Amino acid sequence: MSVDSMFVHKMWNDQELCRMVEGGIPFPMLSDAGGKVGKVYGVYDEEAGVETRGRFIIDPDGVIQGYEVLTPPVGRNVAESIRQVQAFQLVRESKGTQATPSGWRPGKPTLKPGPDLVGNVWKEWNTSLAFD
Amino acid sequence: MAEQLNAGCARPTGGPVGEAPADTGEKQEERKEASKMVLIGRKAPDFTAPGFHQGKFVNVKLSEYLGKWVLLCFYPGDFTFV
Repeated sequence: MSVDSMFVHKMWNDQELCRMVEGGIPFPMLSDAGGKVGKVYGVYDEEAGVETRGRFIIDPDGVIQGYEVLTPPVGRNVAESIRQVQAFQLVRESKGTQATPSGWRPGKPTLKPGPDLVGNVWKEWNTSLAFD
Repeated sequence: MAEQLNAGCARPTGGPVGEAPADTGEKQEERKEASKMVLIGRKAPDFTAPGFHQGKFVNVKLSEYLGKWVLLCFYPGDFTFV
């Protein structure tokens, strides 16, 4: 979503992005004239008249589980966004009985919070697990 | 899912959906300062927005995606480089 019109979105997709992504952009490219939606989400820069690089993870109940906002010159890490969605999905499927510690990615151990884990995380997790 | 839009000469717009924030009577200047982030763990504000999707112009409503995981991404503008 950006403040550009849907017509400009079409031109960007047809002229440039379809040369990077086969078949063009697979998701809707949304137009937010005047930054009305961006203001509600807190990512509209009034002075510049544009939206910053805000990324929101919204769960199936419509609840915001996380967000990240970057200034324009630095791009996002798509793999990290996907990893976060996978982690939120695991937590949701476990109905909150499992948590994903720092550095978790699919295949790495999760934690089961409860009285027995207090003071014992060191038995389950070490700092090497924080890195890929 | 999304309603298809006909491309006319007028530029379609969308915006937040639902109750407008109550007018608290604060001064305009104060309200300008209060550009607050939404909070995690709270409902994502619903909105409608016109857009382009797979060759068609569409009108998208966030709440149509209930039941699915959504990544909502804002960016400064088309043809920017990053």
